[in-house]
Amino acid sequence: MKKLQLFTQGIFSKNPVFFLVLGLCPTLAVTTSLENGIGMGLSALFVLTFSNAFISIIKGYIPEKIRIPIQIVIIATFVTIISMLMEAYFPDIFRRLGIYVPLIVVNCIILARADSFARKNPVNDSILDGIGMGIGFTLALMVIGMIREILGTAQIAILGSTIISLPFEKMMIMILPPGALLTIGLILAGINYFKIRGEPGE
Amino acid sequence: MNELISIIIGAIFVNNFVLTRFLGICPFIGVSRSSKPAIGMGLAVTAVMALVSAITWPVYHFFLLPYGLEYMYIVVFILVIASFVQLLEMFLKRYNQALFKAFGIYLPLITTNCAIMGVALLNISDDLSFVHSITFGTSAGIGFLLALFLMSGIREKLELGNVPRPFRGVAIAFITASMMSMAFLVFGSIQ
Repeated sequence: MKKLQLFTQGIFSKNPVFFLVLGLCPTLAVTTSLENGIGMGLSALFVLTFSNAFISIIKGYIPEKIRIPIQIVIIATFVTIISMLMEAYFPDIFRRLGIYVPLIVVNCIILARADSFARKNPVNDSILDGIGMGIGFTLALMVIGMIREILGTAQIAILGSTIISLPFEKMMIMILPPGALLTIGLILAGINYFKIRGEPGE
Repeated sequence: MNELISIIIGAIFVNNFVLTRFLGICPFIGVSRSSKPAIGMGLAVTAVMALVSAITWPVYHFFLLPYGLEYMYIVVFILVIASFVQLLEMFLKRYNQALFKAFGIYLPLITTNCAIMGVALLNISDDLSFVHSITFGTSAGIGFLLALFLMSGIREKLELGNVPRPFRGVAIAFITASMMSMAFLVFGSIQ
């Protein structure tokens, strides 16, 4: 039961984007389409899981004082691996994500989970936490990407083929930078509304 | 000269780091509650961006490129940035207490700031020369400072306004940033 909770807290109650408000740079920059969102989410999932696992394995050997540089180097290594894999197998998405793939290394979610969870917990728990957080992050990116793509281009395209097409006027602003900030602002306000509903007003 | 001017205008207004590239969103939302810390953070980021551009460019072109180690750039850049920020903090603590008191608390936050890593990566991916890299780094920092300062001014006013309850805090900050971003879009169409 507790294991299941470890896994699901990253997806719902501690969703990194919607509840912890972490890792926003890639969230906002790459979500111009559902496909980009999935690409970025899955790469972060890969890095999160492996860096969590690796840091948890060597946790007894890391000196307290220099733990942050060590953790960053481990994360950077996995980011290098995923960026090479993407460049080889998904060159299109890699080119579209651009500098945001190497920037996964400074994604606050990954370092936060390494330092606050993987450093203190056993390996299998850390892996579960990494996967849960990664899925939560991917879902958040998919939601934002989908909203922006539907409103901004009136269709959803995956790997070059249009899968959904809707008959309304395109709102260009949604796939431009302001659309990203507007979407996340409204989503956060919506979540807040459900959180404070039922609480007495001032 | 023309190129330098277009880099400066481009980095400050057209492709503002925060409002169009979304680099450094975390401090942009986190440190923009009032204008004094916003200016402090903005100046610290500007200085670090200029210096990091000046350091990572030679590291890439004289060390990684000749030895065929370009694929190591992520690891090397993050290490250079982390150790440089640490050094700067130690240096300020030892030699300039006043400056350390003003900017010291922002320095640890800077290591994991995507804007710093972003400027190092963009210098490489846009294939800028050494002088252009430093110019780009400095003006990107000024763009960050400008966005942060404008935002903090608006948020100070918002504190007094009657914001609907669900929007209070981070949500209204994002919507405000969205409006600012729309305003900055205009600079793109001037060119």
